[in-house]
Amino acid sequence: MFGSGCRRVFLAGCVAAIVCAGAVRAEERFITLASTTSTEQSGLFDYILPIFQKESGITVRVVAVGTGQALAIGARGDADALLVHDRVGEDKFVANGNGIDGRDVMFNDFVLVGPKADPASVRGLKDAKEALKRIGAAHAPFASRGDDSGTNRLELRLWKAANIDVRAAGGGWYRELGSGMGPTLNTSAGLEAYTLTDRATWANFANRESLEILVEGDAALFNRYGSILVNPRKFPHVKADDARRWHEWLTSAAGRAAISSYKIKGEQLFFPSSDTSRS
Amino acid sequence: MQDFTEAFALALHLIGSRDADLWAAVLLSLEVSLSASLIAFVIGAPVGAYLAVRQFTGRSAVLVLVNALLGLPPVVVGLAVYILLSNSGPLGGLRLLFTPLAMIVAQTLLTLPIVVALTHRATAGFWERFGDSLTVDGASPLRSISILLAMARAGLVTAYLAAFGRAIAEVGAIMMVGGNIRGYTRTMTTAIALETSKGNLALALALGLILISLALAVSASAFLLGRRG
Repeated sequence: MFGSGCRRVFLAGCVAAIVCAGAVRAEERFITLASTTSTEQSGLFDYILPIFQKESGITVRVVAVGTGQALAIGARGDADALLVHDRVGEDKFVANGNGIDGRDVMFNDFVLVGPKADPASVRGLKDAKEALKRIGAAHAPFASRGDDSGTNRLELRLWKAANIDVRAAGGGWYRELGSGMGPTLNTSAGLEAYTLTDRATWANFANRESLEILVEGDAALFNRYGSILVNPRKFPHVKADDARRWHEWLTSAAGRAAISSYKIKGEQLFFPSSDTSRS
Repeated sequence: MQDFTEAFALALHLIGSRDADLWAAVLLSLEVSLSASLIAFVIGAPVGAYLAVRQFTGRSAVLVLVNALLGLPPVVVGLAVYILLSNSGPLGGLRLLFTPLAMIVAQTLLTLPIVVALTHRATAGFWERFGDSLTVDGASPLRSISILLAMARAGLVTAYLAAFGRAIAEVGAIMMVGGNIRGYTRTMTTAIALETSKGNLALALALGLILISLALAVSASAFLLGRRG
């Protein structure tokens, strides 16, 4: 009843269906944005991108990776714009001719989270450097992103400021995970380790177990996000006009209003920068 | 165990809810992995049979290589395809990076060795038994290959399913070349990785259960087709 001819028809049908599915996905107007895991995993993009899309007709395709990788994607011309958080890396990116027109877009802060038991007694400290010194002295487990992300780069600068050489630290208390923010929080929850996280990812993170915010409010924990356009002179194929439209929108009154109105459980997570220019 | 019951309930709820994001991911997973494994099958099965039929110098070396590539790490394939398709890479002009097509390319490369190795294994025995008579009958190599493939069709179903299984379960390669873009290149596996990283473990596990059901459905259809064919 089902001869091999019938089977061939079925297989051909499958192939045709697959090909059609690909064709139906119409050519939409889009740009590719390389950004950080924190902006994606906080839910910010799910909230503001539809607003931008409605105003401009441009879909923003977000590739969310660590800041180090996002800068690398930009440096190969594989994205049209970047939204990242490592000022040092961003300035280098622009200086190398890979990007143009870097602007401050928004900010929030990092927080130090750790187990409720707080073996290094850092709870309530206003000084992140002091907190890291205590964690190092107590050899309390600390989970590091270890992935060259913006968060990781800040964390390493803080250890340096605290005069602790984590690479030489014995005792196995310092764990480099090489993971994104979410996986690092999952691991910290399991290990009951301290870790540094951006506030937005933390606010949206569900698997906290015994972790809670222990240190916050230090100016050194400032977390600033910048938008950069990939340089169309170096990479002529980038969608310069549409990317610029996005870049301008982010720093416009409409973009700032969209960023401000994104909240999780009533808490505003990103604050538009009042001065977007860089000198 | 509570997590598992929660995940199970959530999976049922998701299936009933007709969540647009979920179905986009399901369809994309199927589209990418079915296409990749079909392409790998169409290319790989004749190559596997050819390796059974033809004696040539270096054949053993090719077989050793193909079998070694069964353990090809997805993240390495992803990286290689990324570099090839990158706008600064040799095939950058095709503008395929961060598209579903790039994911199909990566999974095709990943599953090709599976089809070749398993087809060779399935056809080699038949060739040992019937090769001489086929040669005496004057069958051309091409004809021999198609006869062998028809004889070994049960083994070929296994080869295809192994390839599809590898593809549908894989996350490292498609994450890298697809970019896990919501509504465009987000598949079931990349969605599971994302939900896990948000700490939504029950939701991630629920997606995993749905993915396993999909694989089950594909395997069952292949089984029925193979039996009736």
